[in-house]
Amino acid sequence: MIAAIIFSVLLIVGFGWFGVNILKIRSNILMGRDTDRKDKPGERWKTMALVALGQKKMFKRPIPAILHLGIYVAFVITQVELIEIIYDGISGSHRAFMASLGGFYTLVISIIEVLSVAALIATIAFLSRRNILKLARFQKPEMKGFPTFDANLILVMELILVCCIFTMNGADEALYLRGASHAAHEAGTFGFAISSWVGPHIFGGMSTETLLVLERIGWWGHWFMVLAFLNYLPYSKHFHILLAFPNTYYSNLEKKGKFTNMEAVTNEVKLMLDPTADPFAAPAPEGAPQRFGAKDITDLTWKNLMDSYTCTECGRCTASCPANITGKKLSPRKIMMDTRDRMVELADGKRKNGKDYEDGKSLLFDYISEEEVWACTSCNACVEACPVNIDPLAIIVDLRRYLVMEESKMPTELTGMLTNIENNGAPWQFSPADRGNWIHED
Amino acid sequence: MSTIHVPTMAEMMAQGQTPDILFWVGCSGSFDDRAKKITKALVRILNECKVNFAVLGAEESCTGDPAKRAGNEFTFQMQAMMNIQVLNGYEIKKIVTACPHCFNTLKNEYPELGGKYEVIHHTQLIQELINSGKLSLKGGGVFKGKKITFHDPCYLGRANDVYEAPRILIEKLDAELVEMKRCKSNGLCCGAGGAQMFKEAEKGNKEVNVERTEDALETQASIIATGCPFCNTMMTDGVKNFNKENEIQVLDVAELIANAAEL
Repeated sequence: MIAAIIFSVLLIVGFGWFGVNILKIRSNILMGRDTDRKDKPGERWKTMALVALGQKKMFKRPIPAILHLGIYVAFVITQVELIEIIYDGISGSHRAFMASLGGFYTLVISIIEVLSVAALIATIAFLSRRNILKLARFQKPEMKGFPTFDANLILVMELILVCCIFTMNGADEALYLRGASHAAHEAGTFGFAISSWVGPHIFGGMSTETLLVLERIGWWGHWFMVLAFLNYLPYSKHFHILLAFPNTYYSNLEKKGKFTNMEAVTNEVKLMLDPTADPFAAPAPEGAPQRFGAKDITDLTWKNLMDSYTCTECGRCTASCPANITGKKLSPRKIMMDTRDRMVELADGKRKNGKDYEDGKSLLFDYISEEEVWACTSCNACVEACPVNIDPLAIIVDLRRYLVMEESKMPTELTGMLTNIENNGAPWQFSPADRGNWIHED
Repeated sequence: MSTIHVPTMAEMMAQGQTPDILFWVGCSGSFDDRAKKITKALVRILNECKVNFAVLGAEESCTGDPAKRAGNEFTFQMQAMMNIQVLNGYEIKKIVTACPHCFNTLKNEYPELGGKYEVIHHTQLIQELINSGKLSLKGGGVFKGKKITFHDPCYLGRANDVYEAPRILIEKLDAELVEMKRCKSNGLCCGAGGAQMFKEAEKGNKEVNVERTEDALETQASIIATGCPFCNTMMTDGVKNFNKENEIQVLDVAELIANAAEL
């Protein structure tokens, strides 16, 4: 009875707090400008099915893809067991679904166990890649401190969770063998794929009292880890397991080379080119004039902000970035991490001090330097590399737009190039009249 | 080498003619000495196939691509609007260009501003000409049996998903097409895109074109083929950096085809 009350309180607080954090993240994302990503639902569902559910882009690198798939499938299937845990926890029953499901129950738990082993292997491989093999993309400057701790913590939590599952099932199996399991009155075996072996071999020599305690530690440990994991997610890069789905649904479906045309500029250019237009007759624009390009996160779109929350800091973007490969400061992953960190900073500030709060800081300059912004070749390698369709390039371009159109800050050679286009219709200083000269040259 | 025939839109208009396709030459193809050779190679192919085409000549202007990538949307849209006025004035329906930057801008960014055309890259047009039997290659000529690697221009490949047309053309040369370790959607940029062509690179430990040239050298190819005048410049400089300019040629796919067809 007391156990059931503790369980239920944990359930309500754990899921409730998670819900509060989800709403907070949603409102943070909605600090961004509007952009329309609701067209072509069929294509969007398909993209989500292939890229998020089917992990299509992960399979560009087969070995990590298979390891990742192990953890992913294990994670999803283990949630089935959670249904029983919640039912047992509230009602005080033990393996409530076993009797009614019979052989199907054995099958489901066996699948969970096999996948848990796969996840265990993958988790150890991932920890080794980060901490022993020290893969280059996990050692970049932006990974120092919390991001590295965060990644390791998530992997360790997964290890603990798998250990809890086998402690629970293994101890219960050992109990069942001697007829002491709460699941049945007489001696027998659950027949689960892995714990049929783990039970007798690891737990077989222990006393019944110890096993009963261990089984409970495994069960409660599993429950605590689920709640801890759930409530750590909103603070972690691991949040990608949820946001990968909406983020791929709202993917950019246009060709990657197509940059947005700024509507505010189109209106002005049309006025300038129309000889009959009366600039004073134009109605004053509604509300505060929008900034050209982006200086801070509120100038970005909600999709840019969702991208930043979806980023799991894998660094495939940075590993494929020509600027980063050749030692420049630019790292597309850092662009995403900076965007997220600045969004959280500003949002927390506004929550504390009211919605008009400004802290005098901005994404550009305080987080991302001009040097990084100008090192980009706009080659789209980062966009192509991202397994969850994040677009760092869109942010970089908007930061450039702010620098050029609002502050006229750019490398001097570019000033010359732009002047040439304006005066000569070419990025070099040639006379427009000479454009056809090549026809008659030898 | 035969003389080339290049009618301008103004001339065609004066004679009451309309071309089937407009050849958008681009700034590089018009002014850069190396790129002009690519322009002329394409013209020779068009002349050989009796394609009814025209150029804008002095009426053409920068598409605005470098301005847009550099963040100056005003300059881009001014250029775009002026070009669209000219193109729509001549009732242009179809455009071919040998520059992936012009290709991308005309194809993807002009429609919303009122410029809707069918835009193709020159490698796609040449492929069409060969497929329809208008252009025939008698084997690969000088390129037969040579190792050729193709460097994917970002604005043709990743930006617009055109990977096959240039490769199909290289295979028509009876040459051995060898891929770099980073190719197609994983291709490495030459370092020129995003207006980098017009500025010094930021501080780093290497130039991007040198990194990319290493990929090409690794394939042991004797020819680096490109489909972009800017990639051509960057790869040519990269080859010079390794003092290999006597062993390795950097050529546009149009030049390969024109040479093989002895045009």
